[in-house]
Amino acid sequence: MEEKNIYQPYLMRVAAIIDETPDVKTFRLEFINEEEGKNFKFMAGQFGEYSVFGEGESTFCIASSPTREGYIECTFRKMGRVTKALASREIGDTIGFRGPYGNTFPIDQWKGKSLLFVTGGIALPPLRCVIWNALDLRDNFKDITIVYGARSVNDLVYKHELEEWGKRGDVKLITTVDPGGETKEWKGEVGFVPTVLEKAAPSSADTIALLCGPPIMIKLTMPVLTKLGFSPDNIFTTLENRMKCGIGKCGRCNVGKYFVCKDGPVFTFAQVNQLPPEY
Amino acid sequence: MTDKKIMKKGSLDELIKKLKSGGKRVFAPVEKGGKILFEEVDSASAMAADYVQTTLSAKDVILPRCEEMMRFTTGQGTVSMEKAPDMPPPAVVIGVRPCDARSLAVVNAVYLKDYSDALYKSKIDNTTIIGISCAKCDEYCFCTSVNGNPGDTEGSDILLTEVDGGNYLAEIITEKGKALADSAPELFTAAGGEDKAKHLADVKVQFDVRAVTAKLPGMFDGEVWITQSLRCIGCGTCSYVCPACTCFDIQDETDGNRGVRLRCWDSCGFGIFTLHTSGHNPREVQSQRWRQRIMHKFSYQPDQLQVTGCVGCGRCSRACPVDMNILQHIKEIEAQ
Amino acid sequence: MQDKIRQKARELLSSGAVKVVIGYGEGTGSRVRALFIQKPEDADRLIMDERCVQNLAVYLTKHEVRAIGKPAIVARMHVIRSINQLTYEEQFNEGDIAVIGISDSNEIVDLPDLKSIKEYAAGNPLVLTAEEKADLGKLETMTREERWNYWIEELSNCIKCYACRASCPMCYCPRCTVEVNQPQWISVPAHEIGNVEWHIMRAMHLAGRCVNCGECTRACPVKIPLRLLNQRIIADIAVNFGQSEEYALAAFNPNDKEDFIR
Repeated sequence: MEEKNIYQPYLMRVAAIIDETPDVKTFRLEFINEEEGKNFKFMAGQFGEYSVFGEGESTFCIASSPTREGYIECTFRKMGRVTKALASREIGDTIGFRGPYGNTFPIDQWKGKSLLFVTGGIALPPLRCVIWNALDLRDNFKDITIVYGARSVNDLVYKHELEEWGKRGDVKLITTVDPGGETKEWKGEVGFVPTVLEKAAPSSADTIALLCGPPIMIKLTMPVLTKLGFSPDNIFTTLENRMKCGIGKCGRCNVGKYFVCKDGPVFTFAQVNQLPPEY
Repeated sequence: MTDKKIMKKGSLDELIKKLKSGGKRVFAPVEKGGKILFEEVDSASAMAADYVQTTLSAKDVILPRCEEMMRFTTGQGTVSMEKAPDMPPPAVVIGVRPCDARSLAVVNAVYLKDYSDALYKSKIDNTTIIGISCAKCDEYCFCTSVNGNPGDTEGSDILLTEVDGGNYLAEIITEKGKALADSAPELFTAAGGEDKAKHLADVKVQFDVRAVTAKLPGMFDGEVWITQSLRCIGCGTCSYVCPACTCFDIQDETDGNRGVRLRCWDSCGFGIFTLHTSGHNPREVQSQRWRQRIMHKFSYQPDQLQVTGCVGCGRCSRACPVDMNILQHIKEIEAQ
Repeated sequence: MQDKIRQKARELLSSGAVKVVIGYGEGTGSRVRALFIQKPEDADRLIMDERCVQNLAVYLTKHEVRAIGKPAIVARMHVIRSINQLTYEEQFNEGDIAVIGISDSNEIVDLPDLKSIKEYAAGNPLVLTAEEKADLGKLETMTREERWNYWIEELSNCIKCYACRASCPMCYCPRCTVEVNQPQWISVPAHEIGNVEWHIMRAMHLAGRCVNCGECTRACPVKIPLRLLNQRIIADIAVNFGQSEEYALAAFNPNDKEDFIR
């Protein structure tokens, strides 16, 4: 009659490590128990709690697409105790993963629409799952536009994928770095994301926007999106907050009456605008 | 379904001894150096008498202040999980007040809804609650203002009310309670129409909880949180003595290559409760944290879990080092 | 004397000299609670009697209170000693706070500046009472094992609520040692060894700074006699460094004894 321990993580093998920037890494994780791996399903937008046993757990979205089976990917910056411990893992090491938790981007409802991704720095990983999800089902969507920027060329994540997306004929990719962040070889835009977005002026007709980034970027980008004709219930984002359990029990991640881990992390801006200012 | 019986004076002691010999752990309020805590007892003579409320709640029995979630051994890049420790013997908690018993509705709503928390469920399923009604109250009690009353049966498996002659009226409420009573049938004799109400404390209703819950969403930006929380020193006493507070922390601890993942009590009153690793803190000042406590109990939980997160036991107010009196604060909020 | 305090508060607030007076007021039942008077007409809520013992100095380092503006504080002897220690630790500059001193014989003491506070504290050095020494003596007569068991038993009730820390004027670190997780010096959960680590660490961090106000013990919801730990250290410092107005553990003298290093 023993009930499953919901806090018990899956044991995962670190299958690949990519150094995105000096302090950002991407891990590809495979399930050590293949049966668990076969049965594992998730949807874009969901997150997990990643363990280094003995150090603790840290919260990141699942950055790979649910269309890719057999593995999940996460991207994180080395910032505190757990992420520092994760960053010192080697290929073949075992870590823990609990998930998938949270709500999802309603991709099914976006069939036939265009998608506009606007993001910066390390806020690209939460949207990357949607980008690949959409690209893997390319015929389901009309135009796909990605506007992505970072402080400097070094700070761009998924550099190889940016190259890949740029080469595809069915994606419009605009990358930018902040003024002063460019290198001699840099061929993309130079300017802040909101400015670059305004210049690119993508159509809002029958388009869903996904906006994710630091508060200052959100603050300056929202007016641009509004000017382009987007309404708040067509702009999606993913929030983050301090988490421990990830399942709405430890009581820590709430914004007003909603738990970011359970009622989020995916919200429309129409919903975000209703939230009290505590995130 | 409630069955009414009489437990004669002295039967409680016999019941405790019988339960203990049956391998159960028995917890009851015990007086220890000026405080009243739930401890394991062997007999009724160890039980505290003549008090209104215990210092800490009985929460520790089902939600320990520190418990193991899992054990593991780490190697060179490897991890192996160890078998979970054996379950402790079933528990019987005697002397829980009706307000405390009602807090189970809150704890169950948090821990059993959506994802069922096996760590908690295994404990509550194996715990029988024998409540004792309140013959007296003090100025800190306000159960009747939050939908409770000093003789409420909700949450108890058996509820005892002391009636004339030192006997107890025993209301056997649930299947668990019936199973316990059936294990000692000689101790439960026929009831004779005792008037329970005349043995209960008179707890006056002091505010309209529905009005407070309706009012709170519009008060998020109010000044009242600042003025009320000026003297709050930001400890976790209120959360930890509260039977309805359920927030927790997860901490890994190691000894060489062996480790445990522990769950322990946490409090929204602490400054670092919501602190991000980046240094950003959505609740930077105490007034925001005080607001969270009240909103969580009187607004968010009613909205999301259909249960008020406060049972009016008054422990937080009694224990608070700086006399933050939640009853006074709620009345002030109602009057805003 | 209550009237004198109310009068002083009224004057300080009406003149704009301070924005808030921190004092004592009636609480629940016969309890007393900290009061933050911001309007002169509210000064009559201030009280002063033998129940007024909370160490109000704890509020002087809280940014929520400092955000109101310059405070005046009703300061009994232990509060004056706390302010003096906080000044030594550079938590106040001249003119940051106004102090309405209350002597041990219940007289108002005029303490117009930090220098007068320092002198007044020096003139009223902290000494343990005979009763406090007797309580320490009881512990001293125990064997090491008995003493260890005594503390394990007492600390087994600790729920790690940190009321002791929160109520202590000397515990003003924005990030307490127990809140540091790289590395996790002190365990967070309330288990046996973690509780011992916490209380010993806190007592060590208070060595030479504690003013024996007893707030930690009053604040503790499970009535652990925490102040015994601090009093033991106060007694040890008096023996090893002598009674001194200097902050003993931050001052170094080449002639300091070393016979306790074994």
